[in-house]
Amino acid sequence: MKGSGSLQELVELLVKSLVDRTEDVSVEKMENSGSILFEVSVHPDELGKVIGRQGRVIKAIRTLVRSCAPAGKKVLVELVEE
Amino acid sequence: MAAREVASKRREILEMRTVEVVGRTKEEALDLALKELKVERDKVKVEVLEEVSSKSLLGLININRVRLRVKVKDREEYAQRAVRFLREILVNMGIYAEVETFKRPDHLVLNINGSDLGKLIGRRGQTLNSLQYLVNLVVNKDSEEKEKIIIDVGGYRQRREESLRKLANRAASRVSLRKKKEILSPMTPYERRIIHLALQNNEDVQTYSEGKDPYRRVVISPKNGGTVEDKEE
Repeated sequence: MKGSGSLQELVELLVKSLVDRTEDVSVEKMENSGSILFEVSVHPDELGKVIGRQGRVIKAIRTLVRSCAPAGKKVLVELVEE
Repeated sequence: MAAREVASKRREILEMRTVEVVGRTKEEALDLALKELKVERDKVKVEVLEEVSSKSLLGLININRVRLRVKVKDREEYAQRAVRFLREILVNMGIYAEVETFKRPDHLVLNINGSDLGKLIGRRGQTLNSLQYLVNLVVNKDSEEKEKIIIDVGGYRQRREESLRKLANRAASRVSLRKKKEILSPMTPYERRIIHLALQNNEDVQTYSEGKDPYRRVVISPKNGGTVEDKEE
């Protein structure tokens, strides 16, 4: 069943649940006809929590977010350092 | 609110979910508490209420008195927290489904039921495994109680387990007949464990894993090390 889920909210929920400094989390969405890009930034001290050992955490986030991608669109989740 | 707290505290003590114990050492006090609560060490939360120490003549520190509060873990509260987080994710994924909970002795199972949940499983369960990994990470973070959480979709994992067991047994038959090892396709640690367990009492074959995750594979080889080549010698 499809609902009114929002990918941006999903990314935000996952990242905010993983870190302690939730006030430093921001998720920016960029979109064109072929793809959607989410740029995630967190407090520099907490980058590791979102990346995980050997990138396991960020990979899991990407897998989950991509499973909800609108048909025919590529979804990218990138961490940005300020 | 305060009255309710008092009432619930009283109920806890009545049901023997919490005890306060005194011992000469922490271990001694804890042993006493576990006997009284009739539970295992991993089922309780321990809080040190008081530690009185005194110095002996040699100047070594002897702790003479330790007072502990020992509480049986509240699995219900933990399970609710896990379900709440999972539901929040599902809503944001646009999935409206039921979540049922099973408290197994050593882990918690959250089974998601609904229609059209294939995308939640993903190729070879990849999406489901990512979801499970993240839920474990978040729910056990900063939590005094840590449990392994298994997330399933409509009994998918259970069916997958059964088909893995069948696959293991068929491969084992081939290996013991041909006397030649077989290497299975890459699997997650959990899936490999199912294969190892399925064949641990098999008299003809032995199993081990080789390679690095996520490409680690189970190898099924004949017991007594006999390959065709060896036999011909």
